[in-house]
Amino acid sequence: MREVLEGSQAVARTVARCRPGVVCAYPISPQTHIVEALAGMARTGELADCEYVNVESEFSAMSVAIGACAAGSRAYTATASQGLLYMAEAVYNAAGMGLPIVMTVANRAVGAPINIWNDHSDAMAMRDAGWLQLFAADNQEAADLHVIAFAAAEELGIPAMVCMDGFVLTHASDVVELATADQIDAFLPPYHPQQVLDIDRPTTIGTMAGPESFTETRYLQHLRFLDAADVIAAWSDRFRAAFGREAGGLIARYSPDTLDRDAQAPPASSTDLTVVAMGSVLGTLQAALAPLRAEGVPVRLVGVTSFRPFPEAALREALGGSRHVIVVDRALELGAGGALTGSVGRALAGTRSRIHSVVAGLGGRPILESSLEGAVRRALAGELGALEFLDLKTGGVPVPVEGASEVTR
Amino acid sequence: MTTVHIPFLQTGTLAVGGRLLTEEERSVQSHADRPSSLTKGHRACQGCAEALAARWVMDTAVEAAGGKLIVANATGCLEVFSTLYPESAWKPPWIHSLFANAAAVATGIAASLHAQGRDDVRVLAQGGDGGTVDIGLAAVSGMFERNDDVLYVCYDNQGYMNTGVQRSSATPATARTATTPAVGRHPGQAFGQGKSMVKIAMAHEIPYVASATPADLRDLEAKVRTAMSIRGARYLHVLVPCPLGWGSASSASIALARAAVQSGIFPVIEARAGELTDVQRIRERVDVSAYLEPQARFAHLFTPGGEDALDRWRALAEANIRRYDLLGGAS
Amino acid sequence: MRQVRIHGRGGQGVVTAAEMLARAGFLAGHEAQAIPSFGSERTGAPVVAYCRFADVPLRTREPVLAPDVVLVQDPTLLASEHPFAGLVPGGLVVVNTEADAVDVRAAAGAEDVDATVLTVPALRIALARLGRPKPAAAMLAAYAAASDDITLEAVKAVFRDRFPGPVGEANAHAADDAFTHIRTTVAREGADHA
Repeated sequence: MREVLEGSQAVARTVARCRPGVVCAYPISPQTHIVEALAGMARTGELADCEYVNVESEFSAMSVAIGACAAGSRAYTATASQGLLYMAEAVYNAAGMGLPIVMTVANRAVGAPINIWNDHSDAMAMRDAGWLQLFAADNQEAADLHVIAFAAAEELGIPAMVCMDGFVLTHASDVVELATADQIDAFLPPYHPQQVLDIDRPTTIGTMAGPESFTETRYLQHLRFLDAADVIAAWSDRFRAAFGREAGGLIARYSPDTLDRDAQAPPASSTDLTVVAMGSVLGTLQAALAPLRAEGVPVRLVGVTSFRPFPEAALREALGGSRHVIVVDRALELGAGGALTGSVGRALAGTRSRIHSVVAGLGGRPILESSLEGAVRRALAGELGALEFLDLKTGGVPVPVEGASEVTR
Repeated sequence: MTTVHIPFLQTGTLAVGGRLLTEEERSVQSHADRPSSLTKGHRACQGCAEALAARWVMDTAVEAAGGKLIVANATGCLEVFSTLYPESAWKPPWIHSLFANAAAVATGIAASLHAQGRDDVRVLAQGGDGGTVDIGLAAVSGMFERNDDVLYVCYDNQGYMNTGVQRSSATPATARTATTPAVGRHPGQAFGQGKSMVKIAMAHEIPYVASATPADLRDLEAKVRTAMSIRGARYLHVLVPCPLGWGSASSASIALARAAVQSGIFPVIEARAGELTDVQRIRERVDVSAYLEPQARFAHLFTPGGEDALDRWRALAEANIRRYDLLGGAS
Repeated sequence: MRQVRIHGRGGQGVVTAAEMLARAGFLAGHEAQAIPSFGSERTGAPVVAYCRFADVPLRTREPVLAPDVVLVQDPTLLASEHPFAGLVPGGLVVVNTEADAVDVRAAAGAEDVDATVLTVPALRIALARLGRPKPAAAMLAAYAAASDDITLEAVKAVFRDRFPGPVGEANAHAADDAFTHIRTTVAREGADHA
């Protein structure tokens, strides 16, 4: 049934239909609407056979999820920003122990300065934690990705983050069609843990590994992660077959003509300018690039859905040696450049593509169609640099009113 | 005049005394089929009271749970000496996640079991004083406050012994540690610092709080049994002398635990819903020096100039004796 | 595509209004999208939310910069929040106020803006019908009375769906009142066009 739903409600209902055994969370904007909805469903019984645990911190949220998952339950939590960083130690721990927890990250900037609005700094800070990181382009995909995330995570024994832009998606209402409980029951296998705290088959989980075994542990974890690309792709294909719509996959291809999402879209060519982006800005790019396509400008669009594992081969193929690649980046590696750009650059090493990094939308700055269109036009004119900040106010930030503080320089 | 029940100290061991008791009076350890939850081959130091206490706690809890017990362990000595990959000294299903989160991991296990309808399986969390009183306090407090169905056991050796004997907020006044050296005008850990985890636990008004030491293993066993008979959040605080960190003879651990109790320094109590319900009386009172002097961490108290600090220790013991009526004079 | 901007204050249900508007638009057969522009959740602070309708899927996440319709839920925002900014020529502005369109234009400094300005006492209606200062249903019904984008029935339906029971009914009554007010006023005086 198509309906208008807030993104958070769409995610919460879909998560509930995945039948988690334990949901635990600590409130932080902009994740709150998701966990409020789940808490409500746990009380009404719509979310049955599930314990909802109100914990005292994000660190405990992830820790409760670790215990629950190790004890054999499908475990879910959600967080953002400072909360993700506060639980960082446990985020790494869950991955190291191979516990397929699913977590929504309602992407938000990381302070200081404190800022509750969207960018990708939080997820980028956890990119090496050993989690799958799937980025939703819109609220339909945000909801659907959770089904794929549970399936892929549990097959792999690797936890999964579903990243959705905070406020931009979590608090926006869109027309969506949610997977029904029956559909998900038919699609998502019941959780059969690969390792479990079982009184009949006792096991020790979480031992210390010394120098003689740690490298091998990490090597095996990496190999498993390399399998993840195929597993995510396979579950996404199954999802498309079962539900008749695109979600997940490693990258998102877009038709050169309509700029609609199209898994069958041909790769870009060496005469194209291709924009690469992640998350909700892909929708704005669809709108922004339309007038350029209408003028006959050879511009293409590719989305990165799976940031971890990073789909180097799929991306290289989709970009097809594009002359210009503009990466719209919603996070910054301070002192280096755009965070997504770094991974794209590694994928394109040795190719002739010229990469431009456009850092945009930090801390909730709206990304405007006209600004994106302008960046493409400047690239075509040879005027776009290797790293630019979109809509940067070159006059600097507003100075506090006189008397509020002393400005020394 | 009050009377003090004096148990026969040998009955808690595998020695002949245990076999003199009737079957139901014998300790778990005297059974031929004892669980041996923390089994041989681990790497604890000689004289480690934590290893002894953990074995008693765990075996009692396993037996009380009918063999259905899952354990969450904080990072620390107990974890490191028992589970160096690829070996494990634990027989029950056991998980170590992080230093600060044992209580929360246990909550997750309990929540999972409840969601699965497996309320027959019980959950125990354990850690040292660092993982409980310092870095893990928020998670422990959260578990208490929600009254999650977890027995949390703190083995308190009064410092960060695993990392080389640094001060924790359970380190007693004047104790020398690597970060409170015995130099300057006030050597060792300062007076007036530190916190009582037993009182903190009681303030949460959880169903059961108790303290114990390995000097009275039958008492420790009885408290674990009581705790396991109750549902909800329960807390057991066990003082465990540490030969390495305390600078004591490895043969002295039990004697030191006993001296801590008999001097009034470590009150052995039980509390329910925040109310003190039982206190173990001092049987044969000893001076605090009997507890302090065998420990190298307090050596500076027994050099010229240490008298003032010793007096302050005696005042601490007096305060405990008054507060908990450890001599029974009030009744 | 039709684009709507809603001005109000925290606690007045601005975000709910945008969501209800998207739902009403969807019921009327459009693709729809509501985008709240969130700050910290403080009662009384100025809040803006956006809504779009189209007959093709909506892709962009850009805030609405050139609204076809502006709804102002609190007249004290007219001077400070520039509600006429970016309005497309001939656009519609609906203001919750007891004053008339001339006063609204004066307060907003928009005497010469090419727009239709309608006023509706949505606060008075809300207080009478709901007993609370929640003007969203009345504002959306006023919008329905002045445009073909949404219908009165759709507005009432989405409020009844979201707030089942007496609250939904009270909102439906408020919607009726506001709809009637606009239709009566426009029939009597004609709409204000600059």
